[in-house]
Amino acid sequence: MIKLDSKIPGGKLSEKWMNHKFNMKVINPANKRKFDIIIVGSGLAGASAAATLGELGYKVKIFTFHDSTRRAHSIAAQGGINAAKNYQNDADSVYRLFYDTIKGGDFRGREANTWRLAEVSNNIIDQCVAQGVPFAREYGGTLANRSFGGAQVSRTFYARGETGQQLLLGAYSSMNRQVNLGNVEIFPRREFLDVVKVDGHARGIIARNLVTGELEKYASQAVVLATGGYMNVYFLSTNAMNSNATAAWRVHKKGAAFANPCYTQIHPTCLPVHGEDQSKLVLMSESLRNDGRIWVPKKAGDTRNPSEIPEEERDYYLERKYPAFGNLVPRDVASRNAKYVCDEGKGIGGGKAVYLDFSDAFNRIGKEGVKDKYGNLFDMYANITGVNPYEVPMQIYPAPHYAMGGLWVDYELMSTIPGMFVLGEANFSDHGANRLGASALMQGLSDGYFIIPYTMGNYLGTEKPEKVDVERSEFKEAQQNVEENINKILSINGKQTVDSIHKRLGHLLIDKVGMSRDEKGLKEVINQIRDLREEFWTDVKVVGDAKDINQTLERAGRVADFLELGELMAKDALNRNESCGAHFREEYQTEDGEALRNDEEYKYVAAWEYKKDGEWELYKEDLEFENVKLATRSYK
Amino acid sequence: MSEKNINLTLNIWRQESPEAKGYFEKFEKEISPDASILEVLDEINNRLEFEGKEPIAFESDCREGICGACGLVINGQPHGPLPKTATCQLHMRNFKDGDTLYIEPFRATAFKILKDLIVDRSGFDKIQVAGGFVSFNTGSAPDGNVILISKEMADQALDAAECIGCGACVAACKNSSAMLFVGAKVSQFALLPQGQPERYERVQAMVKVMDENLFGSCTNTYACEAECPKGISVLNIARMNRDYFMAKLKTGTNE
Repeated sequence: MIKLDSKIPGGKLSEKWMNHKFNMKVINPANKRKFDIIIVGSGLAGASAAATLGELGYKVKIFTFHDSTRRAHSIAAQGGINAAKNYQNDADSVYRLFYDTIKGGDFRGREANTWRLAEVSNNIIDQCVAQGVPFAREYGGTLANRSFGGAQVSRTFYARGETGQQLLLGAYSSMNRQVNLGNVEIFPRREFLDVVKVDGHARGIIARNLVTGELEKYASQAVVLATGGYMNVYFLSTNAMNSNATAAWRVHKKGAAFANPCYTQIHPTCLPVHGEDQSKLVLMSESLRNDGRIWVPKKAGDTRNPSEIPEEERDYYLERKYPAFGNLVPRDVASRNAKYVCDEGKGIGGGKAVYLDFSDAFNRIGKEGVKDKYGNLFDMYANITGVNPYEVPMQIYPAPHYAMGGLWVDYELMSTIPGMFVLGEANFSDHGANRLGASALMQGLSDGYFIIPYTMGNYLGTEKPEKVDVERSEFKEAQQNVEENINKILSINGKQTVDSIHKRLGHLLIDKVGMSRDEKGLKEVINQIRDLREEFWTDVKVVGDAKDINQTLERAGRVADFLELGELMAKDALNRNESCGAHFREEYQTEDGEALRNDEEYKYVAAWEYKKDGEWELYKEDLEFENVKLATRSYK
Repeated sequence: MSEKNINLTLNIWRQESPEAKGYFEKFEKEISPDASILEVLDEINNRLEFEGKEPIAFESDCREGICGACGLVINGQPHGPLPKTATCQLHMRNFKDGDTLYIEPFRATAFKILKDLIVDRSGFDKIQVAGGFVSFNTGSAPDGNVILISKEMADQALDAAECIGCGACVAACKNSSAMLFVGAKVSQFALLPQGQPERYERVQAMVKVMDENLFGSCTNTYACEAECPKGISVLNIARMNRDYFMAKLKTGTNE
């Protein structure tokens, strides 16, 4: 039995965070060093949390499965980071950023969290500039901005197409300073495999040393999870090869509710799949939609070269259906429509790809002009596909990209396990049913730099947890369970490789719990996933042992968890009898084929409590909208 | 996109542990020209696993050329034959039917081989911990536009900051020098106003740890720049040397 208490403070929306900061407990500087905090994950959220908690004087241990904390997948974010600075004098404000984010999330996010995100967005930019992050500048020396992802104001800060890299290196540098000062200790090449609870509170972790294979026990007075999203559940996604849900999932099975698992974002501008042996999908920044026009041949199965297809035989379907926003509609709308035209057989050569054509931009600003804006993306495309996009239109297709769902957290970012905090993409809190461009980096850093430093103090100051010893029975028991699980996987010695099962799971999910879902498909897929899980546990083959580097064993553990998460995603999608944001149920659409929300019955966060294998209990957190009017999104 | 498949012979470095003796294992493979070289390794591994044999251990993560996790020496060149390309971005269409490839780990005294193609590059992190940061606490930053930075300076700082920390510079250098890496880090901060207060302490601290971690000296062969997947310029080494020299003058020590 869990209790969902969102702890959203009362009062005016714009004063909630300020008041809450005042009302929270603070710990005096001399006492902070008496507290040990474990952070798992070293991306934007984890590294920024480590840096800031270290600065405050806490003793921090941070864990990553990478060889270096700098490799976390935040590094691959291209486009930029939003902030409500209004440097461009174009009527931006905290309110507008808040409203855009709530609306973009199709009114399925928390008002108070989203407001706070918009409120601290400006501090993030200042923080990063002070770290020496080389953001793009105007000739006069001020910070440059661009409009991004369909926003009607220019609020996105960027560093070429490498914003994530520069922000992560900034957080990494601040964290390194704390390592230098002795406040933060880094544990690389360690995989989190379980949380240890003492009297119901998170008090430590079990991690596997990926080089020696040893299971190690670590104790602390609080644990922070910043382990990213779960989109690799689809096998092919834009996530990095090692991104996984294991940490979040194991914590879920220990009592942390998992919220809105069916909210998964399929990003519209990715390179199409080229073959069965492909390992991952590559995202092209959606800034390309600012100048590229998306089209398919009007005739199904048209195999002519694009240059041979005359203008009148092309369907610029986004411009046709959404004249006001055209190619700049939100990600979910763009993706779904690409799927529809391809399902009708109008994809390029009858396959799964649509054109992203810059011919008009070439005529308007010249090839040089396009090169100035998108040169690195065009080079990347040419490198990967072997086709020159200055001569032949690009081909794109949607790919799984970002998980809005994640572990349920309250306003203080604490899960339903006391002492277990969840930051960044790993939590569910700020993006509702769909995330807007350039807001993932914002959330990761907001959580790490400006929220957890306050809320952690409140928890530690209220609970005053004692130090615990790793020789306690709770630690030994957790370690034993992890060991048994590993031995079980190694002992199956079946016939199927880990990847082949993962691929099959991916096919099932993208097909039935991807861009569009329906009751029949969801019911089917739940059974299919259960069968596949059964196959995994009876027929998977993992070579080698657990005594040294064994990457297959690492993957096997992650796939085992994906096989459970996939079922919950389908279950959540089946429960939600409405369409909202990235969750599109075929049965619930307007006459125009747009998402049809059901605010009366589904204006809630679906938080699932794990009972036993294949069984969950649903808890609902009602969403209250006091400051925005629930509107139907329209991009026509 | 795809042309017809090609057949390759791959000789891949196998080494069970840091102490074990390594050797090349030979694989014959038919592959799609659209596959990346890491996807070829994936396929070989899938086959090995299916046959119950130990797959080849290698590191990779983003597969978009930005995380710096992957790094193989291919036919003698770190990250292979294409300029400004990380291993994961090397596609097989750059090879011909019948080609023979030799695939090895990044070799350097400072990079211990852990298993097969995986090496320990933690020396890079130690150098960063020594001084690769600006000392200020979260919350104390002034507005981002208070200090103006010319576009040219910001661009030059970003040119240096693009380093992905893969270690190709070290693997390419006959001295296993890390000076391109360290030079890039030092330069990023030296070029920006935020980096000025600690400029000279920083360069000394980072160079000291660089030397302690068994990275060699620079003898100006520029192999590092040639193999760098991000094209980081050796100008950064010159900047670092200048700052290091200035630091010694300012502090008057001979350490």
